[in-house]
Amino acid sequence: MIEIKNVGKSFQGKEVLMDISATFEKGKTNMIIGASGTGKSVLLKTIVGLFSPDKGSVLYDGRDFHRSSIKEQKIIRGEIGMLFQGSALFDSLTVAENVRFPLNIHSDLSESEKDDKVNFYLKRVGLENAAHKMPSEISGGMQKRVGIARAIVMNSQYLFCDEPNSGLDPQTAWMIDQLIHEITQEYNLTTVIVSHDMNSVMEIGEYIMFMYRGLKIWEGTKDEILDAEPKELQDFLFSNKLVRTFKGI
Amino acid sequence: MRRLGEYILFLKKMFSNREPLTTYVRLFFQECINIGINSLFLVGFVSLFVGAVIALQMAYNIVSPLLPKYIIGLATREMMILEMAPTLSAIVFAGKVGSQIAGGIGTMRITEQIDALEVMGINSASYLVLPKILAGMTMLPLLAILSAALGIWGGYLATIFGNLSPTEDYIYGIQNTFVPFEVPFAIIKAFVFGFIVTSISAFKGYNVKGGALEVGKASTDAVTASCIAILAADFILADTLLS
Repeated sequence: MIEIKNVGKSFQGKEVLMDISATFEKGKTNMIIGASGTGKSVLLKTIVGLFSPDKGSVLYDGRDFHRSSIKEQKIIRGEIGMLFQGSALFDSLTVAENVRFPLNIHSDLSESEKDDKVNFYLKRVGLENAAHKMPSEISGGMQKRVGIARAIVMNSQYLFCDEPNSGLDPQTAWMIDQLIHEITQEYNLTTVIVSHDMNSVMEIGEYIMFMYRGLKIWEGTKDEILDAEPKELQDFLFSNKLVRTFKGI
Repeated sequence: MRRLGEYILFLKKMFSNREPLTTYVRLFFQECINIGINSLFLVGFVSLFVGAVIALQMAYNIVSPLLPKYIIGLATREMMILEMAPTLSAIVFAGKVGSQIAGGIGTMRITEQIDALEVMGINSASYLVLPKILAGMTMLPLLAILSAALGIWGGYLATIFGNLSPTEDYIYGIQNTFVPFEVPFAIIKAFVFGFIVTSISAFKGYNVKGGALEVGKASTDAVTASCIAILAADFILADTLLS
């Protein structure tokens, strides 16, 4: 479980996150949604430690990340996997080497055990035949799947995804959503997804938090979201034709 | 001044919370090949011709019959060892390797590969930059030694093919009044220049914000800033070590 408590963050005097609190539960697909520029990615980067919050705290199963020692932070980071918007695969490494990379840094496994683990996770994401290809030789959807395999190869407890299906066709986007959802349940991960894609929200969102101009405006489930009251959320939701169809308007 | 402060903090970041030393061994040798061995041809080619041109121009300028011909060899040796080998190699190095480092790290920055390293708990500055700096400080002195040798050989070839002077005079010239300290002086210069080029280029790449356009600009800035810093350091080192 991840708890964020009263998190605030400013850049050059401009408040980007204002007093945000939320709880992301284990085994659930938690989603942070909102329009572009509302601070979703900044919040995600603050949670994973790429930014330090100006105030507030981020707790990983009770461990305050930003107030931990560097050694303790490193232990928590070993339990974190992240899928980036552009996959962020290392260009100079093959698919298998990308997945193996965190193991080389953090694990004491033997070379053959590492190979077994890499093969297992590549098979899990359906890429066992692409192990020796370079990232530039595979499609965007495949790159996302490699990113997922790399994110979970360390037996991660926490999975973060920054707009996992951006730039993908609807079918591949659906497949990536399903893969993240399945993996979350299979490995009982605490998964946090940043997205502005309502298709994903309605497909896999179990806890949803809506942000608007650095503030948390609403939280709830996908069953509640269509009846949510805040005007900002309504405006965001009903700009999407699929949701209008759901709602019957 | 702000940029200078950021540069110093960047250098400090490389040494705080770094990875175990064994992590860097493979990366160091990989970088030695990337930035050193791959520069061999260009540095060698430039040095050979620069040495030849120095010899030709010295011969052209010796108009007085009172000036001995061995001065061609002596001047070629002095210019190559004292200045051309370390400084010219460093400038070529800045153009080839500096832009490559800034472009490579800058691309990693904008494609979030550096963020990915940080999320994995890796000190990205240390992991990406430290092996490059160490490789630069190792390989540039070696390139400078090669450059000096090839430059002097280039002068020798020019003497033969340009019929500038008897080869015995050239050989005598490159041995005459040789000060052994000039060799360590050139190596010290190359060592410092290696640090300057790799660290400045990495700093420029590491701090890229934006997209592909900014990566290109960072590469250009890296070369410009490296060249200015090389020339400033060249003056300071000459003033400090030769006075």
